[in-house]
Amino acid sequence: MTPVIDLQSITKVYGAGDTEVQALRGIDLSIARGDYVAIMGASGSGKSTLMNIVGALDAATSGHYALDGIDIDDLDESALSIVRNRKIGFIFQSFNLIPRTSALSNVELPLVYRGVRRRERRARAITALESVGLGDRMHHMPNELSGGQQQRVAVARALVAEPSLLLADEPTGNLDSRSTADVLDLMGRLHDQGRTIVMITHEDDVAAQAGRVVTLVDGQISEDRRNRP
Amino acid sequence: MNVLETIRIGLQGIAANKLRSGLTMLGILIGVASVIVLMAIGNGASVAVTASIESLGTNTLTVRHGTFGGENDTTRTQFKDLTVDDAVALVDPVLAPDVVSATPVVTAATTCTFEGASYSTSVTGTWPSYFEASNSPIGTGTPLTADDVLNSRRSIVLGQTVISELFGDTDPLDRTVTCGGVPFIVVGTIEEKGSSGFLDADDVAIAPLSTVQSKLTGYGSLDSILVQASSSEASTAAESEVTSILDQRHGTTSEDNRDFQILNQAALISTVQDTIGIFTVLLGAVAAISLLVGGIGITNIMLVTVTERTREIGIRKAIGARKSAILTQFLIEAMVLSVIGGGLGVLLALLATRITIADVTPVIVPSSVIGAFVVSVSIGLFFGSYPANRAASLRPIEALRHE
Repeated sequence: MTPVIDLQSITKVYGAGDTEVQALRGIDLSIARGDYVAIMGASGSGKSTLMNIVGALDAATSGHYALDGIDIDDLDESALSIVRNRKIGFIFQSFNLIPRTSALSNVELPLVYRGVRRRERRARAITALESVGLGDRMHHMPNELSGGQQQRVAVARALVAEPSLLLADEPTGNLDSRSTADVLDLMGRLHDQGRTIVMITHEDDVAAQAGRVVTLVDGQISEDRRNRP
Repeated sequence: MNVLETIRIGLQGIAANKLRSGLTMLGILIGVASVIVLMAIGNGASVAVTASIESLGTNTLTVRHGTFGGENDTTRTQFKDLTVDDAVALVDPVLAPDVVSATPVVTAATTCTFEGASYSTSVTGTWPSYFEASNSPIGTGTPLTADDVLNSRRSIVLGQTVISELFGDTDPLDRTVTCGGVPFIVVGTIEEKGSSGFLDADDVAIAPLSTVQSKLTGYGSLDSILVQASSSEASTAAESEVTSILDQRHGTTSEDNRDFQILNQAALISTVQDTIGIFTVLLGAVAAISLLVGGIGITNIMLVTVTERTREIGIRKAIGARKSAILTQFLIEAMVLSVIGGGLGVLLALLATRITIADVTPVIVPSSVIGAFVVSVSIGLFFGSYPANRAASLRPIEALRHE
């Protein structure tokens, strides 16, 4: 079976000449369907750069990247936006909901950009919000929701388009311990439903939830281990 | 993603910042409204002046005695009077097919009195055809008749201004009014024509030519001959016919020694309309500049909006919004601003032009309404495209990092 993520000798260089910074120095990583992977590393280790490349937000300097069997390397911006829309669900540290837009509209947005009809997308958005336990908060604006609730709306938005990959960038970084537990619990359930999740974090106890932990040091993979269930 | 959806998102963006959107719209609103109103005022002035000239008859030519060159013109060999015979000669179906009638006119500046009331006016001595040629319909009583002229009767027909000055509310018919010491019997009145600011078409007193010449002016040259052309289109042809007949009779050898001049009402109207047209275009141009300033306001506010919402753009792109979707969203926001601003501007202009400004009743030029609205919409497109393009070209990763 094709892996969801297939990275081969990915490098990323920022700047040029004296200011040249090597953020990634040859990453080889394959993530299978249904896996739950935590990517760890200190700040500056290159994990955010890796996340941007995996999320098709940024292009690698060299190497090959295939997402769900699609070669990402030579896609233009327009094709990349389709890939982001259909294959990837983003969950950000700072939630990144669209302000002054209801939870329901936020969740609908990926389907809007995909061109799904209003009635269908509303139904799917409601289902997604109910699955994260926010069926009663659909018409609230982001600023009327707690951090934990906002992050759950973001998870619903990431889920609604049925992507191949859920990509979470420090999803619990801005949350208190109770909301963290809620969100991690939610991620665990999604994993149990067979979703592929890649989560970037620097907290050990968060990484402990994942089935596999990849640790980055100075732009290279220093450790790749499986947690015991 | 369909257009309706994009418009909805655009409207949300506008509603999110009502004061700012309102002020931006105000810029367009003022621009559109001022274009329409100023054009309407110019047009209204043109209509008013044209109407006041038309009230004197558009198909008439006035042949005046004398020249612009003045009495010192040394090239003139003869200086002939304008005579009743000249007037008679102008009605000639062969030489002047476009002339319907020619009416001799003399005027005498006099003071008319009635039972203690007195009023300075000029008495016009003329023939009965004057009433039709000068577009002066009779209100009450009768016009002058050929009989009045033949018998030098002391009959007079008065305009409404003279009547109100001398008679007040009294019925003037059959009363005796004294003008320049000569008693006249009022046989008729002329319908009110209305004044047009610079000349009062109702300030007239009309008596038989023969009477005025014998009692008031003497038998010198006529002041003018009122020529009626068959239509206002024929007035130019009539003008040249009249010129050639009179040139022959007066022995004119060149334009320099011509001893009469012709005032063509139709030509006057077109001159006046041209002049006012230039001012209208000037007014419109000034207003168009304010519309342009309004458009720059849209660019400015959209640039601020794009900067403010960089992060939102990043989120949308991460979720899968294509460049075209972002472009359309911001373009539509700019368009909605300009369309609503332009629409309200048209409404305001329609209201404002109901008010009479400086004696001019504005008359809306339909093309200016359509033009101003279309321009305001294109301004939205044009001035919104730069900020929208900037938003759409943002790289998602940088937009997401933006705080």
